[in-house]
Amino acid sequence: MDKKAVEHIAKLARLQITDAEAVEFSAQMEKILQNFQKIENINTQGVEPMVTPTEIESFWREDQVVQNYKPEDMVANAPDRAGNLFKVPPVV
Amino acid sequence: MDLTFASLSEISDAVKSKKVSAKEVAAHFQKRIESLDSKLNAFTSHNPNALKDAENTDSRIAKGEDVGLLAGVPFGIKEMLCTKGLKTTAGSKILSNFVPPYDSTVVARLKKQGVTVMGKLNQDEFAMGSSNETSFYGAVKNPWDVNRVPGGSSGGSAAAQAARLVAGTIGTDTGGSIRQPASFCGIVGVKPTYGRVSRYGIIAFASSLDQAGPMVSSVKDAALTMEVISGHDPMDSTSSQKAVPSWSKNLSTDVKGLKIGVIKEYMKGGLDVDTEKTFSESLKTLKSMGAEIVEVSVSMSEFAVPIYYLVATSEASSNLARYDGIRYGYRAEFPSLAGVELEDFYAKTRGEGFGQEVKRRIMLGTYCLSSGYYDAYYTKAGQVRRMLTEQYLAAFRNCDVILSPVTTSPAFKIGELVSDPLAMYMNDIFTTSTNLAGLPGMSVPFGASSTGLPIGVQVTANHFDEQRMLNVAAALESVSPVKGKKPHVI
Repeated sequence: MDKKAVEHIAKLARLQITDAEAVEFSAQMEKILQNFQKIENINTQGVEPMVTPTEIESFWREDQVVQNYKPEDMVANAPDRAGNLFKVPPVV
Repeated sequence: MDLTFASLSEISDAVKSKKVSAKEVAAHFQKRIESLDSKLNAFTSHNPNALKDAENTDSRIAKGEDVGLLAGVPFGIKEMLCTKGLKTTAGSKILSNFVPPYDSTVVARLKKQGVTVMGKLNQDEFAMGSSNETSFYGAVKNPWDVNRVPGGSSGGSAAAQAARLVAGTIGTDTGGSIRQPASFCGIVGVKPTYGRVSRYGIIAFASSLDQAGPMVSSVKDAALTMEVISGHDPMDSTSSQKAVPSWSKNLSTDVKGLKIGVIKEYMKGGLDVDTEKTFSESLKTLKSMGAEIVEVSVSMSEFAVPIYYLVATSEASSNLARYDGIRYGYRAEFPSLAGVELEDFYAKTRGEGFGQEVKRRIMLGTYCLSSGYYDAYYTKAGQVRRMLTEQYLAAFRNCDVILSPVTTSPAFKIGELVSDPLAMYMNDIFTTSTNLAGLPGMSVPFGASSTGLPIGVQVTANHFDEQRMLNVAAALESVSPVKGKKPHVI
C-alpha cells in the first residue's frame, strides 16, 4: 500500500493526516493487510456471514412518545451553537 | 474491618448494618486515591460529589429504605461508560469536554444498588490497544512494576483495582480488554456472554464484539457485580431477555466430573516459560480436584486475530464517523467558518482529535469497507467468524469449559511494543476468538513470573453458561498459589 493510497483512504475517512503519518501508515497497513490475507484461501462457499454472535430475540414496546431530555440538554455539549441550534460551516 | 481489602458484600453488609457509614468508606478510598494514584495514573477524573452521594446512601439507610446489593461500595468506572454529569472521554482528545446527560445502563444499575461512583478510569483511546499507552491522558502504570504496562484497554480499571484504590471497577472487552489487563495486574476480570450486559450508553467501538464486565478482586465479587449489571434492557436491541441467575449464591468450587477442554491448536508453543508453567499447573490442579482434561479442536482459532481486526476496524470506522465536531466533542479551531469546506472541517477536527492508533484503525476499517474490497474483507471475515463460532459450539459438546492462557507473556515494558502494531495485536491471540463467538470468558490469577509479575488463566464457557465458568474459576482461586499476594505499590 503506497503513500498515495493511504492519502486516498484518509480522504474517504475524513481524516487529515500529515506526510509523515502517511508514510508510517503505509508501511504498517501493508503489514497488517498481509496478515488479513491469511483468511483469503479459506473455502467459505455457502456460509452466511455472521453479524452478531448470539441470537437476537425481538421484543416490542409501546409506541409512545417519551420526552427524556430538554432541548438544552441536547445542545449542552455543542462546541458552538446559537440558542438551541448547532452552528455549522456553510453547506450550500 | 480492613476496608482496603474487604469484599464487596463485606462492605455492603457493614454499611447496611451501620458498622461503618457509606461516607466513611468513600472517604477511606478517596484518601487511597489521593496518596497512590500519582504513581499509577489510573484515574482520569474524580467524582466531586462522591462523599455527598455516599451520604445520600446513609440517609436512605437511616430511613429504612432498601439500598441494594452494593450499598456504599466504592466503584471506579472506565471512561468508555457514560456517567451523568461526569466527564466521559473514552481516553480521547475528541471527547475531552464531553459531559453525558445520562447514565449508561451499567452505571444506572450499579447506582440503583447503592454503589458510590468514585471517578472515571483511564483507558486506551476508544478502547483500542493492549497496553494502555494510547490514552490521550497518558499511560497507566502497572502496580506490580511501574515500568510495565497494566494491559489494555481497561488498564486504568485493572491498576486501580489491583492497588485497591476502589473496591470494584467496571471495564469493557472488545477483544480481551478486560481479561488481558486483569491477568497483567493479578485481578479477576469477566467478559460476559454477548448480550448479557446492555451496551446502552457505552461508547461504541465494535458493536458486535463489545461487552462490559466486572474487574474485581475475587470470583465472588465478580459474580455479584455481574448479577447487578446483567439483564434485558429495552434500550439495547441486542440485549438478551434470558433470566439472570444468582451466580454468587450458586458459586461452587466442586469441579468433580467436569470436562475441561484444552484447544490443541493453542498448544503449538510460543508461550513464555512462566505462562506455560502457570497454565499446566492450573490443568494439573483441576485434574487433582476431580475434573477430566479433554483435548478439543478449534482449528479456525488460528485465524482469530485477522478476523478480529477486520471486524473490529470495520465496525470502528463506522461507529467513529459520528465524531464530526458538530454536536459534541472537540472541534478544530477556525478563525471563521465562512468559506470553510465541510469536508475540510471534518478532516481537520478528526485529524486533530484522534490519536495515532485510532486513526490507523479507522483507516484500516475504511479500506476494508470501501467499494471493491467489502466482500473480500468484511463479508469474508463474517463468514470465517461463523465457521469459528460453529467450531466452538461443537467443542462445547465435548467439554464443559475451555481452559487456556490469557496472553502469551506477563506484562511487558512500557514502550516495548508500541511501534509494532502487528506484534501488539498478536498479544490478543487467546482472547479475541471469545468475542468473535460471543462466548463468556474470564481471567483468574493463578501464577507469577520469576520476577513476581502476575499471570492469569482464562476460563471460557458456552453462551450464557457463566455459572460453570465462574465455578471453575472459583475452584482455581481457592487453591491459587498467588492468593493474597499484593502489588509492590501498596
